[in-house]
Amino acid sequence: MTLSGPAFRRFAAPALGLGTVIGAFAAVEGLIRAGVINRFVVPLPSQVLAAIPRIVAEESVPHRFWQTTQEALAASVLLVVVGIALGMLMFRFRLLRRACETSVAALASAPIVLMYPLFLVIFGRSGTTIVMIAFVAGLPPVILKTVEGLAGTRSVLLDVGHSFRLSKAQLFRKILLPAALPSIFVGLRVGLIFMLINIVGVEFLINFGGLGQLINELAERYDLPGTYGAILFVILASVLFFVVLERAEQWLLPRTA
Amino acid sequence: MLVRSPVIAPQAPGTPTTPPAAAGAPILTVADIVKRFGEGQDSLLAVDGVSFSVAQGEFVSLIGPSGCGKSTLFNIIGGLAGSFEGRVAVDGQTVSGTHPAFGMVFQEESTFPWRTVIDNVAFPLEIAGIGKRERHERARHFVSLVGLDGFERRYPAELSGGMRQRVAIARTLSSEPRILLMDEPFAALDEQTRLLLGDKVLQIHQQLRQTTLLITHNITEAVQLSDRVLVMTYRPGTLKRAVGIDLPRPRTSEVVGSDVFGHYVAQIWNDLREEASRGIREDESRTLRRGEPQ
Repeated sequence: MTLSGPAFRRFAAPALGLGTVIGAFAAVEGLIRAGVINRFVVPLPSQVLAAIPRIVAEESVPHRFWQTTQEALAASVLLVVVGIALGMLMFRFRLLRRACETSVAALASAPIVLMYPLFLVIFGRSGTTIVMIAFVAGLPPVILKTVEGLAGTRSVLLDVGHSFRLSKAQLFRKILLPAALPSIFVGLRVGLIFMLINIVGVEFLINFGGLGQLINELAERYDLPGTYGAILFVILASVLFFVVLERAEQWLLPRTA
Repeated sequence: MLVRSPVIAPQAPGTPTTPPAAAGAPILTVADIVKRFGEGQDSLLAVDGVSFSVAQGEFVSLIGPSGCGKSTLFNIIGGLAGSFEGRVAVDGQTVSGTHPAFGMVFQEESTFPWRTVIDNVAFPLEIAGIGKRERHERARHFVSLVGLDGFERRYPAELSGGMRQRVAIARTLSSEPRILLMDEPFAALDEQTRLLLGDKVLQIHQQLRQTTLLITHNITEAVQLSDRVLVMTYRPGTLKRAVGIDLPRPRTSEVVGSDVFGHYVAQIWNDLREEASRGIREDESRTLRRGEPQ
């Protein structure tokens, strides 16, 4: 039986994606076995897969996964609420925008993670430190893309709003915000990437919390298959976040392209 | 088809251009509008002493070369432009800013891409606080009026440019304005689509007896749709001539092929050619002056 038409279109892309991952794993496996890649630096993918049940059972991966997810959720909520609100403020007050835009853009390229000692002093060795660093690291793109989206609203759409005599609040709710949403989602995507990197990075650095701490501990023990197995869980968490964001985007931005 | 010869009435600039006596009392009066951009030596006089009126149910087109201030006038009448001299009145009452009597259709594509056709058309009703079921029912009537039955659940991205512009017209009509202002709504469309959409506008005008002021630079469109065409001069924009279009109604785009239609087009083009040529000459000399070494 062969797949054709809509069924083919539906399954072709996921199958190709999965096939590519399996192919890459097989290639790495082959290169390691052939001695091209040093197996003391990179473990065999088959060993990594075999290590997963072990670390799940012995290293309480589900608990650590949940811990990292909770931190990511808390930082995401802060990013959405504070980031979009600050973006709106900067759009509304031109002076504020002129005063802060360059600094916010500069903050986007700053290695916030290196400021972890400062956050440790303020918040202690706790989940709050991790959430706050991740939140600050993810904030600039959300703010900048919110401002860009609002400022980029086509003037004719605002003219339509004025011609229907919309109040300022209605203009914002019914026209400016929906028009800016595609740009805001771009900011959220970039912000979430920064946020997730920083969560795992800070967990690793301060040896606290979820998957980052697990990676640190396994690396200290030189358990390379376990370390890479834990990294796979970080990737899984990242994929889950992006799937949720994509669904939210599809729901809020239906067929606007 | 027997059509009377065109009557073309020359107008002195600044003279009020009123509807024919048979057309009824004016609903819209535009009096001595002057609009200047900037201040001092660098200021630009865009519109200078434009006056005219439009009767209830009348279809009037304002035509002129690029840069004559047509869109500036559109924004002034619709209440979207800032300070200006002169007066805009509805039923004799001076209005300032946006006014519920006006419904505006813009030159640029202006549908909301995040709303379906039905939700776009129902937008003014939503703003008016009408419940979802009722506003959708009422919006469906206007969707049907512009010939988009079956497309209610589609998004603008799924429609052609002409269909999107029809959605914008339906959205404006659903607010039931007393005066419909349209600023070159079909400018971005090809000639055939433009003529066929003209038929749709004629149908709507005949069905609703909607008072309409159309801003355009397309002579065919102006003659096809209008009861009167007001010709503007190049910058500063003044009214040069009013042309009464004495073609029978109901009309369709078939009228475009008639001799009388061609005569109207030729007459208006004679006026416009002078103005358009002047516009091109002035633009060229301005460009040359900018390029001169200091």
